[in-house]
Amino acid sequence: MAQRVLMKGNEAIAEAAIRAGCRHYFGYPITPQTEIAAYMAKKMPKIGGVFLQAESEIASINMVYGAAAAGMRVMTSSSSPGISLKSEGLSYIAGSDVPALVVNVQRGGPGLGGIQPSQSDYFQATKGGGHGDYRMIVLAPASVQEMASLTIKGFELADKYLMTSMILADGTIGQMMEPITFEDTEVKTYEKPWALTGTNGQRKHNVVNSLYLKPDELEQKNIARYERYKVVEENEAMWEEYMMEDAEYCVVAFGIASRVAKNAVVAARKEGIKVGLIRPITLWPFPKKALAKAAEQVKGFVCVELNMGQMIEDVRLYTQCKKPVSLCSRCGGMIPSPEEVLESIRKAQKGEF
Amino acid sequence: MATVFQKPKSLSDAPLHYCPGCPHGIIHRLVAEAIDELGIEGKTIGVAPVGCAVMAYDYFTVDMIEAAHGRAPATATGIKRCRPENIVFTYQGDGDLASIGMAETVHAAARNENITVIFVNNAIYGMTGGQMAPTSLPGQVTQTSPYGRDVNHCGWPIKVCEMLSTLEGPEYITRVAVNNVKNVLNAKKAIKKAFQNQMEGKGFSLVEVVSACPTNWGMTPQKALQWVESDMLPYYPIGVYKDRSAAKEEAK
Repeated sequence: MAQRVLMKGNEAIAEAAIRAGCRHYFGYPITPQTEIAAYMAKKMPKIGGVFLQAESEIASINMVYGAAAAGMRVMTSSSSPGISLKSEGLSYIAGSDVPALVVNVQRGGPGLGGIQPSQSDYFQATKGGGHGDYRMIVLAPASVQEMASLTIKGFELADKYLMTSMILADGTIGQMMEPITFEDTEVKTYEKPWALTGTNGQRKHNVVNSLYLKPDELEQKNIARYERYKVVEENEAMWEEYMMEDAEYCVVAFGIASRVAKNAVVAARKEGIKVGLIRPITLWPFPKKALAKAAEQVKGFVCVELNMGQMIEDVRLYTQCKKPVSLCSRCGGMIPSPEEVLESIRKAQKGEF
Repeated sequence: MATVFQKPKSLSDAPLHYCPGCPHGIIHRLVAEAIDELGIEGKTIGVAPVGCAVMAYDYFTVDMIEAAHGRAPATATGIKRCRPENIVFTYQGDGDLASIGMAETVHAAARNENITVIFVNNAIYGMTGGQMAPTSLPGQVTQTSPYGRDVNHCGWPIKVCEMLSTLEGPEYITRVAVNNVKNVLNAKKAIKKAFQNQMEGKGFSLVEVVSACPTNWGMTPQKALQWVESDMLPYYPIGVYKDRSAAKEEAK
């Protein structure tokens, strides 16, 4: 039966992961995501799972790599500086084509930055923080409900496409409480004939590896991987459109910034400004089609982000710079007020971008 | 005709890429023989390092994974915690285990992670062409210590067995060598015991194998083995540094 509960965003991720069949969690403490580890530490031993606090983010992502290679649904979670440390492992996981779920509850950067919410790891998540040609599926929840639903979706997509799904959340959604519903839907699972299980004398040995010393072989591996990525781009982009039917202006925002932006859109509508919102739910694959369509419809875009302007580059790219795009952003843990976003919408209406 | 000697089943037919005179071939063989004799080929999962043994995943017929540099004990931990019924081993060099991967090594030992670690110490980075290792001897000439390792400038070589044996965690810490027949036979016994310990659930077992690198030491294979005896073993003495079960037996 569906269950309605009041939960913190971070706890919703942990509970959803368990419901998705994840029984292995490897992590290292960092604010503001610690509730995920705390939840796992409490629950896993009771359900025959494994919670292990590693000696570092580097060790924890390599434990994830091992567990993923062993064929398990496995996850880790961290926050911005910790994700930088995990990036080496993310590259190996991508190069070895094994599935994993990684959560980044973002805080302000660069460096040690701060512990307040931020969206300044957009580039790192969507353009690849580690070395080499690779992609991750990047899911951006905007509510505690989505922290749960996108975690389940993330595990499914990771297994389906043999890649990392990253939940790109932020300190606000991680820490805030909202009522959410856990539905009793069946979680999809996939066969893993490539997994390390021991040959049992029944088959040739399985090898999980990202090393290809012959350049033509490495090229072919990368090409094959990008063929798979193409399928992801074609089929898995998710976004929400709000009041876009008759919109003359379009606000683009994801995650917690979209919640503020939505309020500003409602306020602008009351002033008679025809504005709507596109909220990317997947940041990779980016909702290209929605942006391309909007570029034919509206007079201009306002990009709202908690950083110095990162997603705005993709907005310009996928609207092919057909219409002007302005940036309304705060960073370092500051969050724009609905009034600040409204002011940017008013300016857009006046042609000021 | 009776077969009196053959390749272990756990070694594949792939030609080894190691330099002439390199003892990696011997150590691979000892690991494979131990796996065969214990009858665990079908349930063993190996973790290859970054270093000369990077392609070990081609040489063993068991399931294999290639870890990032130094991270083999963490990767092995991930596998073992998922599949405790399998036998998991890492095969690592000195740069991998004692420099970049020191944290992973120490913490896997401290957790008494039920894995087997084969640590090949040849006092140099072989694959990258002979740079100073965390285990290069004082005064040892390498590409990055061209005037000899100056301990006042870059510190002292690390004695891994001595250090790990101070921890409460690990079950079995031992150092062996492969520079003569007697030592090779003893190395085999230690490696087999390190796997047996895991089968019996005893925990973290590390076998340090003092090895040679004729190519990067700039010596003939024979001279290199002599140098192991004359220079390496006085600094890295052979011996059992920790054996919890044996100590318990003795206490009885």
